[in-house]
Amino acid sequence: MSVILEARNIVRDYHVPGSFLKKAKTVHAVKGVSFSVEKGKTLAIVGESGCGKSTLGRILTLIDPATSGDLLIEGKKIDIAKGDLTPEMRRKVQIVFQNPYGSLNPRQKIGDILTEPLVINTKTPADERRDRAMTLLKKVGLEEKHYNRYPHMFSGGQRQRIAIARALMLNPKLLVLDEPVSALDLSVQAQVLNLLADLQDEFQLTYVFISHDLSVVRYIADEVMVMYFGEAVEYGSRDEVFADPKHSYTKTLFAATPRADVESIRARLAKKKAA
Amino acid sequence: MALLEIENLVVEFETASGPFRAVNGVSMKVHEGEVLAIVGESGSGKSVSMLAAMGLLPWTAKVTADKLTFNGRDLLSMSANERRKIIGKEIAMIFQEPVASLNPCFTVGFQIEEVLRMHLGLDRAARRKRAIELFEAVGIADPAERLGSYPHQMSGGQCQRVMIAIAIACNPKLLIADEPTTALDVTIQKQILDLLMKLQADYGMGLIMITHNMGVVAETADRVVVQYKGRKMEEADVLTLFENPKSNYTRALLAALPDNATGDRLPTISELFVDDQIEGAAR
Repeated sequence: MSVILEARNIVRDYHVPGSFLKKAKTVHAVKGVSFSVEKGKTLAIVGESGCGKSTLGRILTLIDPATSGDLLIEGKKIDIAKGDLTPEMRRKVQIVFQNPYGSLNPRQKIGDILTEPLVINTKTPADERRDRAMTLLKKVGLEEKHYNRYPHMFSGGQRQRIAIARALMLNPKLLVLDEPVSALDLSVQAQVLNLLADLQDEFQLTYVFISHDLSVVRYIADEVMVMYFGEAVEYGSRDEVFADPKHSYTKTLFAATPRADVESIRARLAKKKAA
Repeated sequence: MALLEIENLVVEFETASGPFRAVNGVSMKVHEGEVLAIVGESGSGKSVSMLAAMGLLPWTAKVTADKLTFNGRDLLSMSANERRKIIGKEIAMIFQEPVASLNPCFTVGFQIEEVLRMHLGLDRAARRKRAIELFEAVGIADPAERLGSYPHQMSGGQCQRVMIAIAIACNPKLLIADEPTTALDVTIQKQILDLLMKLQADYGMGLIMITHNMGVVAETADRVVVQYKGRKMEEADVLTLFENPKSNYTRALLAALPDNATGDRLPTISELFVDDQIEGAAR
């Protein structure tokens, strides 16, 4: 199996400038994280808000530069701080954001939203752009008639489908999914997760799935990395991490996740009766 | 006697394309010291039915019910003045987004003391003392200091604790929690749920948990009402619901949980549950 994405000791600091009364300080958002993902696999990054998982997602998507460390995509080292990012490299990684209500421009039609990545990154003629947008609309479970509509005419699940279609327009190798289902209802969540699984099979996509919902992670991930205050405290295959969590934070996280099985309900009710 | 009794509640909103029925004939009862969970997707009318019971809906909503009583008193025929004496005192509500439902212009101390002043008429010193007690009860560190903080100076979990403190300020008989943990991390969610369950047991309150998270239901509820498109699909005690769900919709909902996934695709609700007859009946 070929490794699509490799990160070596990624560090990201934010400098908060000082002022008259405040001293300048440095926030260490990501403190030396290393991992690699193979083609067609899913790496889940888990952690609470503020642990640096979204910052890491932005670095992987080549939106923000890392302060230090190496990022290799298909074995090729990329450093956007040096400005050597070609459109070809840009096309390899795309992102789907958490909130589909915020990530689609309300003044653009769906067709324009979908074709914009092609306009910016390629020289594809207009009719091919349109064809590709139509194909992907159907692929994500929407219809051609939706091409000329605006985002407000769609439900949350449909918007997330549009965001996924937009991310796929450039035929990326790697998709960073930043909490793609946390804003969705349970039934819609199942549909979007199924869609992601279908697309992964069809296009051999590699996913980096950022989430704090362990039940979703357990379902979708091949490998899991748990982050805590900017550090990767646990990294391994899904079965390893779920069967035998090593770090105390991972254990806390598992203990905090609500369980929806009959045995734990029985245990809780028995405990309540005894009290 | 039941604390809150709702029979055949109907809520309609007037829209440009005719009346829209958000809640369609829902009945339920909550007893003292009981935890009832109302589960459903967005748009299933779970929040609207509770807002209707509290009389918090805008005037555009038309609320009718065969019976809507709290502690034996009719909430429908009550004057607005009388209702205000009950709402916030005997029935309290925790809203979904803690950061959005606190007033950003006032300190949290002012907002909690406001409730104590309106409903209990305590003097300044007694209010402050009680506010500090409440902050301790909900686990806010350094309560005397924190009374002077504004909502933006606190985290989401802290704000939710403040909301809970405001809700339990007058020792309500019934607490309605509308998605109290949706905006929070799992670890914070656990803390808030534990806190709610502890307070519920300590004060012997009736508690209604509105949620779409089946995990939260499993961890907290005694009895569960499942709602779909404004109708009640099923009512059962929590163990029966998870072990042996009667309605097809509940079964589909449970099957769609990633926890219960068996194959490499999740069953979706639209595959398992056809709602023709419900659509037809609603019209």
